[in-house]
Amino acid sequence: MPEKTKSDAKKRVRTSLLSKVPTGIQGLDEITQGGLPKGRPTLVCGSAGCGKTLLAMEFLVRGAVQFNEPGVFIAFEENAEELTNNVASLGFDLEDLVKKKKIVVDYVYIERSEIEETGEYDLEGLFIRLDHAIKSVGAKRVVIDTIEALFSGLPNHNILRAELRRLFRWLKEKGVTAVITGEKGEGTLTRHGLEEYVADCVIMLDHRVTEQISTRRLRVVKYRGSLHGTNEYPFLIDETGFSVLPITSVGLNHKATEERVPSGIPRLDAMLSGKGYYRGSSILVSGTAGTGKTTIAVHLINEACRRGERCLYMASEESANQIIRNARSIGIDLAPWVKKGLLHFNVARPTYSGLEMHLVTVNKLVKEFRPTVAVIDPITGLTNIGSVEEVKAMLMRLIDMLKNSGITALCTSLTHGGENLEQTEVAVTSLMDTWLLVRDIEYNGERTRGLYVLKSRGMAHSNQIREFLITDKGIDLTDVYIGRGMVLTGAARKRQEMKEDAEAAARKEELERVKRELERKRLLMEAKINEIRAQYESAEEELLAGVKAHELMEKALTFDRGVIAGMRKADASKQGPKDGRDSGGKR
Amino acid sequence: MAKKKSEDSTREFEQAIKKSEKETYLLKLYVTGLTPASTRAIANIKKICEEHLKGRYELDVIDIYQQPVLAKGEQIIAAPTLIRKLPLPLRKFIGDMSNTERILLGLDLRPKKNK
Repeated sequence: MPEKTKSDAKKRVRTSLLSKVPTGIQGLDEITQGGLPKGRPTLVCGSAGCGKTLLAMEFLVRGAVQFNEPGVFIAFEENAEELTNNVASLGFDLEDLVKKKKIVVDYVYIERSEIEETGEYDLEGLFIRLDHAIKSVGAKRVVIDTIEALFSGLPNHNILRAELRRLFRWLKEKGVTAVITGEKGEGTLTRHGLEEYVADCVIMLDHRVTEQISTRRLRVVKYRGSLHGTNEYPFLIDETGFSVLPITSVGLNHKATEERVPSGIPRLDAMLSGKGYYRGSSILVSGTAGTGKTTIAVHLINEACRRGERCLYMASEESANQIIRNARSIGIDLAPWVKKGLLHFNVARPTYSGLEMHLVTVNKLVKEFRPTVAVIDPITGLTNIGSVEEVKAMLMRLIDMLKNSGITALCTSLTHGGENLEQTEVAVTSLMDTWLLVRDIEYNGERTRGLYVLKSRGMAHSNQIREFLITDKGIDLTDVYIGRGMVLTGAARKRQEMKEDAEAAARKEELERVKRELERKRLLMEAKINEIRAQYESAEEELLAGVKAHELMEKALTFDRGVIAGMRKADASKQGPKDGRDSGGKR
Repeated sequence: MAKKKSEDSTREFEQAIKKSEKETYLLKLYVTGLTPASTRAIANIKKICEEHLKGRYELDVIDIYQQPVLAKGEQIIAAPTLIRKLPLPLRKFIGDMSNTERILLGLDLRPKKNK
């Protein structure tokens, strides 16, 4: 993302009339949107010891090394040898550059007591020296550090001022990009009002100490014909030189990817719509002491390292060794990742430097180490060294910076007991994309941990609290008992579950019993039906037998009658036997 | 004691003056081409030398346009600049050398009438 802002800046420069010269100094080119005005002098002012000479020197050295623009350093305060030694500690080999004809150092020595003024003069001598030096290496950049020494060396300030005016005009004519340094004056930018002559670009450096913590700051006071960041930016001078942190210039234009980063805890991934955090998002893990915030962070790191990604761990309360040892106790070994260079610990007490310095340090680390995952454990430690407002502003910039670099950032935040849990000490929750809350649940004499996803932008996350167990194999999340208007965890959950199991068993037993009863009833009913049927059958049998007997008797009677009739020779065939046969046939 | 010391220093000073009267002067005048100030400076210093150092001075006039390296070596910033190389200590004068009094003082050559 910084590449993008840079290219944006470049684009803008291309369209504007003013061409710029990149300084090569980390951050400064971003603030000035491309560098210093080309072919014009820039005034760098500030009080003693704030890094003017260094800024100027780095401008020159980087110009010679990175941009193939040789330079001339006109020193009024230090001689070449002193300068070489001073900047050697910042990793610049001035001697080598001088040998390679990339840089010329000309030490101008003025001693008031050795000089007598005897009439009119000009500073043509200085011009000639400068001209000669520029020609000898084909210099494109010139530094004059610090020209105000002339004011103490030469008594006639009228001549001096006229000559300075001429000098700056001359420098412009030469087309060299110049950096002029000047000591800060009372109520003015420089002691002798150099800003009057150098009006194109003025950069002010400051070195402030608040509550025993010093911070260096840089501000572009003016930049004629160009947009520039107007804020004060903290800067750092370390073994690699100058670095300015243009954080407030960072816009909210980071890319949002769909890519996910597993948290290292499968159940937590499941809670975050099944895939984990978004890559490049910011995650806040808050909770009271000892709730396992660091453990969650360690899981994320372990998982990322396993995928071969680089991780940065910024700890301010535990040493690297302690974190590794503690992680081992939950079955995670971070040591191999450190050895492989995938995991970098940056351990420093927050009070070690100012807030801004922390930012600059993180920025530097991010640029150098290029991690994909960063952990800040904890962010609350920073409140020791600044007010809540300051810390919030700083964190905002920090998170923006990490987001812009596409880094998944996990911050832990300690909530003190008694405070509202859903509120962090430094009110940064609105900056965070995902907020995990780990809380103690005290119930019935037992303390357990519960984890929930308070928010997670852009995903359908679980709203359910999970019980959070730290085992020797890492974090385990289990379902909590929910039901009957209760949420139970730990032993209480276990007990409740057992109780429920017993109840369920009893219910099952009861059901079985009822079923059996029913079966029995059914059997009984069937038996009764059979009995009735049997009775009926026997009755039927009996009745049928009776009917038969009657019929036989009828037959016998009819026969008897016939016989008798025959015997009597009576004519009775019309009725008697026919009727009897018919009724018998029907049966 | 104090009186004696001041007498001593007075004597020393007088000796120094006497010594300077005998010493040879090596002077270098650095100018920038033929600017009015340069021309004036050359004329002025020549006049002073002729008047006060006749026969025991050596004056080199150097154009630093021609020899810019010397400007760096001699720590020249202003022009014209006159450097008294000898006798020691080294002295520098800047300007068109129009202030004769100051040059004489600086060169330890007080006019005789003041003595």
